[in-house]
Amino acid sequence: MEVYLDNSATTRVLPEVAELMTRIMCEDYGNPSSLHIKGMQAEQYLRGARKTLSTLLKAEEKEIYFTSGGTESDNMALIGCALANRRQGNHLVTTQIEHPAVLKTMRYLEKEGFRVTYLPVDGSGRISLDDLQSAITPQTILVSVMHTNNEVGSLQPVQEAGALIRRVNPRTLFHVDAVQGFGKSRIYPGKMGIDLLSASGHKIHGPKGVGLLYIGNRVKIQPILHGGGQQSDLRSGTDNVPGAAGMAKAAELLYAHLDQDVERLASCKRRFLDGLRQLEGVRINGLLPDSPDGEGTAPHIVSASFYGVRSEVLLHALEEEGIYVSAGSACSARKPQPSATLRAMGVEQWMLESTVRFSFSVYTTMEEIDYTLRTMYDKIPMLRKYTRR
Amino acid sequence: MFSAFLIKYAEIGVKGKNRYLFEDALVRRIRLALKKSQGEFEVRKNQGRIYVEALGEFDYDETVERLKHVFGISGICPVAYTQDEGFEKLCETVVRYVADVYPDRNLTFKVDTRRARKNYPKESMEINADLGEAILNAFPEMRVDVHDPQVVIHVEIREQIYLYSVVIPGPGGMPVGTGGKAMLLLSGGIDSPVAGYMIAKRGVQLDAVYFHAPPYTSERAKQKVIDLARIVSEYAGPIYLHVINFTRIQQYIFEKCPHEELTVIMRRYMMRIAEKIALETQCLGLITGESIGQVASQTMQSLAATDQVCGLPVYRPLIGFDKQEIVETAGKIGTFETSILPYEDCCTIFVAKHPVTKPNLKVIRRHEQNLDPEIEEMIQTALETDERIVVGGDA
Repeated sequence: MEVYLDNSATTRVLPEVAELMTRIMCEDYGNPSSLHIKGMQAEQYLRGARKTLSTLLKAEEKEIYFTSGGTESDNMALIGCALANRRQGNHLVTTQIEHPAVLKTMRYLEKEGFRVTYLPVDGSGRISLDDLQSAITPQTILVSVMHTNNEVGSLQPVQEAGALIRRVNPRTLFHVDAVQGFGKSRIYPGKMGIDLLSASGHKIHGPKGVGLLYIGNRVKIQPILHGGGQQSDLRSGTDNVPGAAGMAKAAELLYAHLDQDVERLASCKRRFLDGLRQLEGVRINGLLPDSPDGEGTAPHIVSASFYGVRSEVLLHALEEEGIYVSAGSACSARKPQPSATLRAMGVEQWMLESTVRFSFSVYTTMEEIDYTLRTMYDKIPMLRKYTRR
Repeated sequence: MFSAFLIKYAEIGVKGKNRYLFEDALVRRIRLALKKSQGEFEVRKNQGRIYVEALGEFDYDETVERLKHVFGISGICPVAYTQDEGFEKLCETVVRYVADVYPDRNLTFKVDTRRARKNYPKESMEINADLGEAILNAFPEMRVDVHDPQVVIHVEIREQIYLYSVVIPGPGGMPVGTGGKAMLLLSGGIDSPVAGYMIAKRGVQLDAVYFHAPPYTSERAKQKVIDLARIVSEYAGPIYLHVINFTRIQQYIFEKCPHEELTVIMRRYMMRIAEKIALETQCLGLITGESIGQVASQTMQSLAATDQVCGLPVYRPLIGFDKQEIVETAGKIGTFETSILPYEDCCTIFVAKHPVTKPNLKVIRRHEQNLDPEIEEMIQTALETDERIVVGGDA
C-alpha cells in the first residue's frame, strides 16, 4: 500500500490538469507575445487562467501575476516593495516562523540596509496582535505574515492583522505567504486588508514551476526580473501558459467543493490526532490550547514529536511500509539545523530532532489514516528499543 | 595542431622481463578510458613507447582529461605531426610550432632530435643545431641552454616527423589490473573513496562493500555511496559494489553488548563480512580509510581490535595522513563534494556519547560471546541480502 502523507511538500497533479496542460504543450503551444493566431490562442488560456484565479480571490484580473512559484512570489513581493518604497522608510516586519523564502529574503534585505523585526510566536505557533501593533512604526513599509505555517499548520490571524495594520499605519503594505493556505481556506485579499499574496501551483494538485502573486492596485512595487516586459513589465519572461492554465484549473476544481474537502481533511486530522494519542510519549505541535481536535489550525497538517525516536529514522521506517511523510525538522548528524518554527515555539530540546509532519490531501482516505496509525503502533516501540543511550 | 599523444610512464620502465605485461595493461586501460571520449583513437606500443593517435576529429581537452585518469601514465605529451617535405620546410614548421605553443617566447630551450629513420640526410646533432638556429633567428628573445632548458623541443624523425615539448602530468602509479584485486569498505564519508583511489593507483582492481542499515540510513545515503563508487571508478575502472543489509546485526550488537564498545564490535563484524565476500570474489586484501587517531575507532588499540578478526591483509593507505591531507586529495579526485552530503551513515547512528578509545581485546571478545547464539545466522542472512551493483561498467 502506498500512502502519500507529504502533501505539504508537493501534491499529485489532478488528471484534468495534466490533460489540459498536455493539450497546451502539444497543440496550443504558442507564445502569447506572438502576433499571429497561434499566439492569440495561447493568450486566451492565459487570460482565462487569470480570470479564474482573480474570481476565486475576488480580485481584479490585473492584480494577478504569474511567477515561477512560491519562492519567486515571496522574493518579488518583499524585494520589489522594499526597493520601491525605500524613500518612505526602511523598516520591515515579519515573523520568526516564516518559510525560508521569506526569512532568507528578509536577511538579504537586512544586508541591503533595511531593518527587520521578527515577531515571536506562542507555544501554539501564533503571533500576537499586540506584538504586531507595537512593531509597526511610521517607517514600516511592509509587514509579511504567513497564512498557514508549513511545519506545524498553525494559522495566523491575517484578517485581524490586516485591519490592524491599516489602522496603525495605512501606508504599510501587508504581504501574506499563503502557499500552504491557498486552496484550503477562502482567502479574499481585498476584504482582508492584504496587499500582496503568494500562492503556488504544486501545493494544490497543480504543476510545479508556477505560482501567483496577487498585487493589489494600490501597491507600489518594482520588478526583480528584467527583460521582455511581459505582465505589465513587472514580471518579464515568456509566459508559462501551461503552468498558469494548469494552476488555475486545479484551483477551480478544488474550490468547487472546497468546504466539503476541508471538512473531510479536518475529520482525517481528528481521527489521526485521536489515534496518535493512543501512543505514549507523543506531543502534537501547533494546536490551540483549548482545541485538542485541531480546531483553528490547518486541516491538512499534523506535526507530532515522538519521544526517543529520531525523525529521519521514523520517516525511513514508515517508508519501508510505503508511507511517505516529512521530517519535521531538517536535522542530521552532520549538519544540525533544528527547525526555526519549533524553536520559536519554545518546544523541548528532544522534540527538535524527533518531529515528523504528516500532511493530507483530497486523495487521503480514512483507510490510509488507519493503516498509518497501525504501522506506527507496530514500529515505534521497536524503534524506541534502539535509541541512543 | 596536435593529433596524437606520446604517453610517458614512469615505473613500468624499470620493470624487468614482465615489462610487456604492464605496458599491455596500460594500453588496454587507455583504450578503455578513451572509449567514453568523442572521436576514434588508435593506441599502439612502438619501440618502448605508447602513442595515442586520433583518427579524425577529437576533443583535445576531453581526451587529455580522460588520460589524466589513467593510472600508470606519468606524463602526456601532445604531439604535432608533419610530413617530411625537406629540411627547409621542417625549420618553418618548428618555428611555427614554437610560436603557437609558447606565445611568450622568452624561454631557454634546446632541441632534442631522435632519428628513427636512419636514411634521413642529416644526423641528429646537426639537426639539433640547425633547428636551434632557425628558432633563434625567428625569435631573438629565446636563448639556448643545453644543460637546464625550460623547454625541450623533441623532434622524432620517422615516416612522418613528430614534434612535442609539452608534458602534462598524469596521475602516476600503475595500470589497474596489474596488481590483483582488493575489497574496499566504502562508507560514504570522505576517507574511504580516497583510500580506494590510492590502492587502485598501485594497479589494484577494486571491489567495494557498503553496509546499509535501513531505516537508520536512507536510500539517499546508499545512492551517495553509489555516486562515490562511480567517481572512483573513473580512475579504477568498473567496481563491483556489494550492498549488505546490516540493520539486524547492528541492533543485535546494541542489545547484547556494552554501548561504549558498539562501534568497535560493529566494525569487527563489518570486517568479518567484508572478508567473507572478499574471499568469495578472489580479492587479495581489504582496504579501509582509517588513519591513526582520527576517531575513537581508529586509535592504535581500536585498529588492532578490528585488524585481529581478519586473515586477509588490511590495507590502510591513509594511515599516516592528516584529515586536511585527505580532504585535499578528495577534492583533487572529485569525491569531496559528494562525501559531505549530509546523510546519516550507519557508523554515526548508534554511536555512543563516549565510545571506548582503548578497547581491550579480551574484554571485547568476552562481550562478543553474548552474540553467539544468533550472530552466525545473522551474518549468513546479511550475506544473502547482498545486492551486487556494477558501478562504472557502462564505460
